[in-house]
Amino acid sequence: MAGWKSLKDMTVLSKPLPRLDGPDKVAGQAKYTHDMHPKGLLYAGLLVSPHPAARVVKIDASKVRRLPGVKAVLTDVHPTGTVRYAGEEIAAVAATSPEVLEDALELFEVEYETLPFVADIDSAMQENAPRVFANRPNIRDPRVRGEGDVDAGFARADAVVEGEYRTQVQTHSTLETHGSMVYWEGDELVIYDSTQAVHGVREGVAKFLDMPVNKVRVVCKHMGAGFGSKLQPGRYTAIAARLAKETGAPVKLMLTRKQDFLGGGNRPNSISHVKLAATKDGKLTAFYAKTYGTAGIGTNAGIRLPFIYTIPNWKHEHYDVFTNAGPARAFRAPGCPQASFVMEQLMDELAEKLNMDPLEFRLKNDSNATRQKEWRLGAKKFGWQRRHKKPGADTGRYKRGMGLAASIWWPGGRGTKATMTIYPDGTLDVKCGTQDIGTGTRTYMAMVAAEELDIPMKRIRPMLGDSNFPKSGASGGSTTTPSVGPAIKNTSERAKTKLMDLAAQFLGVPATDLAWDSGTVYMKTNPVKKLTWDELCQLLGTETLEVHGQWVEGLSSRGVAGCQFAEVTVDTWTGQIQVNKIVAVADCGLILNRLTTESQVNGAILQGISYALLEERHMDPETGTMVNANYGDYKILGAKETPAIEVIFYDEPERGVIGIGEPPTIPTNAAIANAVYNATGVRMYELPMTPDRVLTALEAHQFAGKED
Amino acid sequence: MVNFEYFEATSLEGLPQLLGADRNENVVMAGGTDLLDLLKERLIRPRRVVNIKKIKELHGIKNGRGLDIGALTVLADIAKNEKIRKTYTVLAQATGAVANAQLRNMGTLGGNLCQRPRCWYFRGKEYVCLKKDGSKCFAAEGINKYHAIFGGGPCFIVHPSDSAPALRALGASLEIYGPNGRRVMPIEEFFQLPEDNLLFENRLAANEIITRIRVPEPAPGTRSIYLKFREKQSMDFAISSVAAVLQVQGDRVRKADIVLGGVAPIPWRARAAEAELLGKALTEAVIEKAAAAAVADADPLDHNKYKVLLTRNLVKDALLRLRSA
Repeated sequence: MAGWKSLKDMTVLSKPLPRLDGPDKVAGQAKYTHDMHPKGLLYAGLLVSPHPAARVVKIDASKVRRLPGVKAVLTDVHPTGTVRYAGEEIAAVAATSPEVLEDALELFEVEYETLPFVADIDSAMQENAPRVFANRPNIRDPRVRGEGDVDAGFARADAVVEGEYRTQVQTHSTLETHGSMVYWEGDELVIYDSTQAVHGVREGVAKFLDMPVNKVRVVCKHMGAGFGSKLQPGRYTAIAARLAKETGAPVKLMLTRKQDFLGGGNRPNSISHVKLAATKDGKLTAFYAKTYGTAGIGTNAGIRLPFIYTIPNWKHEHYDVFTNAGPARAFRAPGCPQASFVMEQLMDELAEKLNMDPLEFRLKNDSNATRQKEWRLGAKKFGWQRRHKKPGADTGRYKRGMGLAASIWWPGGRGTKATMTIYPDGTLDVKCGTQDIGTGTRTYMAMVAAEELDIPMKRIRPMLGDSNFPKSGASGGSTTTPSVGPAIKNTSERAKTKLMDLAAQFLGVPATDLAWDSGTVYMKTNPVKKLTWDELCQLLGTETLEVHGQWVEGLSSRGVAGCQFAEVTVDTWTGQIQVNKIVAVADCGLILNRLTTESQVNGAILQGISYALLEERHMDPETGTMVNANYGDYKILGAKETPAIEVIFYDEPERGVIGIGEPPTIPTNAAIANAVYNATGVRMYELPMTPDRVLTALEAHQFAGKED
Repeated sequence: MVNFEYFEATSLEGLPQLLGADRNENVVMAGGTDLLDLLKERLIRPRRVVNIKKIKELHGIKNGRGLDIGALTVLADIAKNEKIRKTYTVLAQATGAVANAQLRNMGTLGGNLCQRPRCWYFRGKEYVCLKKDGSKCFAAEGINKYHAIFGGGPCFIVHPSDSAPALRALGASLEIYGPNGRRVMPIEEFFQLPEDNLLFENRLAANEIITRIRVPEPAPGTRSIYLKFREKQSMDFAISSVAAVLQVQGDRVRKADIVLGGVAPIPWRARAAEAELLGKALTEAVIEKAAAAAVADADPLDHNKYKVLLTRNLVKDALLRLRSA
C-alpha cells in the first residue's frame, strides 16, 4: 500500500475546508436524535430517585396508569432496588405527549427507606463515614506506581516543593442530552441514539436484551456532543426498547437536562498531596504523590501523574473514593487536565525556587523531542520574553501575567472497515460505521476519497453513523481520525485498482501499462489513449462497483506532544481572571482538514478555560443532591470568556494521521493558573479559579483592592 | 408545565378582579422570561396566566419633568434611550447589564422589579424551603456562596434585579393599579425583607400590578453609575452590584444614594456609606472610608465572605469613577 501523498502534492487533503454538514446544521435540517418525531411517537421519561441513598420499598404506579395518554409504565427498571445517588432511575413511563409525560411522572407514589450517605469526597473519607457500598470501605485500596528510589531522589535534591492541589468535579454538559428513539420492525430493533459508538451500543443493547446482534441496528447521523460520556450503551435505551415493545409504537426517551447532570457522567475531582525535587542545575530527582479522587459510585478517578516529565525516582499512590453521586465517565483526556494543574504548577514553584525560568526548567526535564521544538516555537510566537521576571510586578488594580503548560496524548488508530460503492454515473458512496461526534469525520471521509481518486468532492457521498455500515470503533481516545482516515484511503486505493483493471480490460492492455492522473486513466506509452472518470464509471453498465477496505498500518501513528501559553489579566479588586490570549502549539501528524482540526483545538481550549474558571458541580451536603444541575447555575464559558486564540500546527505529515480531540484541553487550566501566579504572586491551589477563591487568596496575600 | 388557562387582558379595567386575591391561582405575564422558567419547573401551578402585554398604556417612556416609564417597557429600550443614558445613567447602565440581548428585548422593567430570587434551593423543586412554606432555609447551612451578606434570615436569598438598585438610588416611585384604582408607592417601601414576609419579596398584592415607574428629575450636579459584578461575564446575575447617585456642588457631596444589588434579599441601601460622603469632597480617603462603611455591618455566611470585600471594592470603584466623571 502506498503512503499518503506529500503535503505539496495534495489538492484537497490538509486544506481548510468547511464541514459538509455545516449548512444543514445551521439551517436546522440536520436531524439529531432529539429531533426524531416519527408518526405515532410516544414520549418516554424516567422517574429518578431524589435521595442519594435509599431502598425503594414500594412503587405505586396505579395513578400513573390511570392518567389518560399514558401507554406503558415500568417499575422494575432498577436492577437492585437500592439507589446510591440522587438521579438514579427507578421507573419509566411512555405517554402520548411530553406534557402528559410530565404529569405522569408526578403521579408515582414511591416509598423509600432512606439511608445514610456521603455527598462529597471529604465526608466520604472521614472515619466512620456511612458506606456507599455496605461491604466495601469508601476508600479503595491504592494503586501504586513508580520507579527508582524516591527517598534517595529527595535526599540528593537541592530544592523541594510540596503542596496540596484540588480540582473539581466537572460534568460533560453535552448540548444534546443522552437518549434514544427506538422502534421495532417485527423482531428487529432500530435505535436512533445520541452516541459515540453505534457498533458498541448495538452490541451492548443486544446483550442486555438477550437479542441476536444482527437484529439490532443503531443509527446516529448527527449528535450534540459526547466528550466521552456517550461511549457506552445507556440503560435508557433498553428501557425505551421495552416500552416500544409493550406499546408497539416508536418511543423516544431523552434524559432531562437535570437527569443528564446527575447521571450522565462527569470528570472526577482530585485531591493531590505532592512533592517534587530537583538539583540546583535544574534536573528533577524525585516526585511523590498521594492522590484521591471520586468517580461517585464508579471507579477510575485516577490522575495521570507525574504527567510528562522525566523523573528518575517517583511514586504515586492513588485512592479512588466512593461517594453517593453519579458515576464518572471518560471525559476528554481522562485524568490529564487534573494532572497538568498539579504538575505544571509544581514545576513553576520549583523553577522559582531554583531561580530558573519556567521554560528553561521544562526544557531540561522534557525528553520529548517534538515538544522541545514546540516549547521554543510557542515561546517565540507568544512573546515569552515579555513575561514579568518577578511575579506580581504590575502595579495597580489590574495585573497581567503569563504562564505555560504541556500536553500529551497516546492512542492512535485501530481496526476500521469501510465500503465504497461506485455508480455508473460517476458518483460514489463511502460508508463507514463510525460516527461524527462533531469533529468533522463526514467531511474528511469525502476529502480522503476525493484526494485519492482525484475527483470532485461533490461526487462523493460520505455515509456514517449506522451500525449496518462496516465496523469501526467507538469515537473515544482521539482514535477516530487515525482509524477512519486510513480505512478510507485504503478503500479508495482498492477502488482505483479495480477501476484500472476494468480500464485495462476495455482498452485491451495490461493494467501495468496504465496510469492514473486527475481522475483519468491513460496509457503510459500513449497518453491520448485514455478514459475519463465518467467514461470509466460508464463501463460499469448497469452494475455498481462495491469495494471493501480497512485500516492498515503505516498511515497513522500514536502519541502527540503539545504546549500552550496563556496571558491573563487579574482584577485584584474583584478576583476575576480574564484570559487575554492563548497560544497553542499542537502536533497531530498529517492534518486531514486544517479548518476542522483548528476547530478541535479551539474547542478544547475553550473547554479548558471553562474548567479553569467556571465549571463546578456543587453537592448540597445536607441532602446529597446537586444544587446547580442546570445551565444557569452550572456555569460554562461564553463569548466574553473567550480569548484570542492562536493555533500553531507543528506539522509532521510523515507520521501519518493522529487524533487531536483531547490533548489541547489538557494544559489550558495549568497555563492559566501559572499565569495567575505570574500576575499576582499568589498561587491558586484549587479549581475552578472563581472570583471567590481568587479574592480570598489575594486577601490572604493582603493586597486585594489595594494599589501597591 | 401544568395546564393553565391563558387570558389576554386589553385594559386595566377589570384586571384586579380577574387576578383575584390568590396569587397561586392567577399569575401576571409581562415579558414572561422569569414566569416561563417558574412554570416549566412547576414551581408555580397557576390555574390562569394573564398576559398584560396588550394593555397599551403600560408601554412607553414619557419624557417631561422626570421620567415616566410604562411598566411593560422592555429593558433594551430603556438601556438605549438617549435621555436616560445622559440624565439617569445609572438606570441605563443597570437595564443594559441585565442578562443578555435576547432577554433584554423581552424582559420588562416592571417584570425586572418583580422577578423571583435565583437561590438554587428556591429554584430546585426538591427543596421545600421557607419560601415554599417549608420549615427551613437550606442555604443557611448549605452552599451559600451566592447568598445574602446583609438583611438575611431566616431566609438568605438575594434580590436578583439590576434595575431595582438603580431605581431605589434614583428615588423612584411606582404607580400601582389595584381594586381601588391607582396608588403610588415609593420604591423605598416596595421591597420587603424575609423577616417581614418570607413568601414574597415585595408589597404588591395579588390583585395589583405595577403600571408605571416614575423617576424624579435629578438635581443639577447629579451624576450616577451602576457597576455589576458577574462571575460569568457573558451572562450572569449580579454577585454584587452598586448603584450610586451623587449630587455634587462645588467639590462637596450634597446628596448621596448608594444601593447595593445581589447582596441582600432587597436592594440594599448603604446608609453608612452615604453618611460618610455627605458634605465632603470626594477624596480618595473619603471614598475608602465610605466603601468600608458600606460593608461594615455585613454578616456573611460560611461561603460568601468574599462578597464583603468584593462589595467594598465595587463601591470604591463606583465612587472613584464618579469622581472622575
